[in-house]
Amino acid sequence: MRAYYSLFKMRLLKGLQYKTAALAGVSTQFFWGFMYIMIYQAFYRSTSSPQPISLRQLIQVLWLQQSFLVFIMLWFRDRELIDHITSGSISYELCRPTDIYSFWYAKILAQRLSGAMLRCLPILLIAFLLPYPYNFSFPPSISSFVLFFIALTLGLVLIVAISMLIYISMFYTMSPTGSLLMFSVLGEFLSGLLIPVPLMPDFLRKIVYVFPFRYASDLPFRIYVGNIGFKEAIISIGVQILWISILIIGGKLWMNKALKRIIVQGG
Amino acid sequence: MKLYFKYVSILFRSQMEYRTSFILLSIGQFFVPFLVFVSMYFLFQRFNTIGGWSLYEVALCYGIIHMGFSISECFVRGFDSFSSLVVNGDFDRILVRPRSTILQVLGSKFEFTRIGRLSQAVIVFVYALSNLNIDWNFNKILTLIFMLASGIFIFSGIYMIGATLCFWTIEGLEVINIFTDGGREISQYPLSIYNKWIKRFFTFVIPFGTVNYLPLMFVLDKVEGNSLIYMFTPLLGMLFIIPCILLWGFGVRHYKSTGS
Repeated sequence: MRAYYSLFKMRLLKGLQYKTAALAGVSTQFFWGFMYIMIYQAFYRSTSSPQPISLRQLIQVLWLQQSFLVFIMLWFRDRELIDHITSGSISYELCRPTDIYSFWYAKILAQRLSGAMLRCLPILLIAFLLPYPYNFSFPPSISSFVLFFIALTLGLVLIVAISMLIYISMFYTMSPTGSLLMFSVLGEFLSGLLIPVPLMPDFLRKIVYVFPFRYASDLPFRIYVGNIGFKEAIISIGVQILWISILIIGGKLWMNKALKRIIVQGG
Repeated sequence: MKLYFKYVSILFRSQMEYRTSFILLSIGQFFVPFLVFVSMYFLFQRFNTIGGWSLYEVALCYGIIHMGFSISECFVRGFDSFSSLVVNGDFDRILVRPRSTILQVLGSKFEFTRIGRLSQAVIVFVYALSNLNIDWNFNKILTLIFMLASGIFIFSGIYMIGATLCFWTIEGLEVINIFTDGGREISQYPLSIYNKWIKRFFTFVIPFGTVNYLPLMFVLDKVEGNSLIYMFTPLLGMLFIIPCILLWGFGVRHYKSTGS
């Protein structure tokens, strides 16, 4: 456990070095946030019928999406891991006296955490100070904040488990293009980043609820704004834990199988 | 010009060597923006209109801007990935050759996988046109062509600015994406739905408003009074490229090599 922890810490510190990149990221995300808000504002203005999520709630969700983007994006790829697999330097990794699945898992987790730490606080802080319709605000109750925190943490665990599958699939395809493509195209759509889940038509929402993707982003954010009630939140967190255990156990088994058949060429 | 086509054909053949990867990337380039359009479609199902614009009108806007974006991304990619030329010092080699730097940087890279994005844009564009009732005349068709050309020019201009900044920063600047990807996303919708300052910025500083919003009003018969002005706004937008080229020349003169 200690090995994973120190690896985690190293990675975290490394990620925190890239401050300029983070600054650029913050300003880009601000721009996107504003743009989405204005588009939805225009949409909401065009209708008088009540929507399943209010504009104010949606604005909070949009800011949360922007600030935790590194948590919820599937395509956050690690060149180093990809190189390990394609260039054969995985043999070094295999020599380490640690479980390779957990080792990589800790790596990706740290990378995402460091990315988010630099970005989420400044974005949320500035968004908090914005004038009224655009600003970010506190959740309606303490319980929803606590539930949000739990769901967000579990969501991160879940999303890293999903991205592990992408890396494992590379043992077979040798190139990240195909699987990254499939995951990022569908994943982004199914996690409600392109169109918020509550605004989807019914049939689509049913499909989205079957997949694990929405449990990483849509769920915690809508808990935060109070769009998902207490009871539903508790049940959904249960589903999250279920998905996590399925994906991690499945991923470990798959990885062991993949490792048995790898052949490293050259020396 | 002949040299340019030579560049195109060489790079096209070299990309064709990796056929599977080319096809996969093209498919990705098709589906990623296509799902954006699907989302737009669902939003319109729920809300019907946005600021007085219907789905098909917005789709027309979307189609044109995405066509302009993908074409410029395909052919002006050399400027987009210019920082690598500066970092490696490869730009020195370009400088010693007796041809213009712009032509050579343009010829350094083409992204043919953008055919995917282009084809989805064309599909959306045709879908929009077949559902809109426009009484066509020569002026309107001309305006559409102007709009497309203007879009290509503006995106190319932004790529050039981004590349010029590399002369000073060496590293590529992510922030420029706000204007390329962001500009594309913003001008997917008619500019009239945004706040005043966004509208002004994207009309007078980076003239995306002249690609979609102003001429689109003319094509869709939304203007009163003198409509010819609206028709020629895309041409004004194309002027955007001039300061970009000047800036590029200024940057080239200030270039200090990073060493071999």
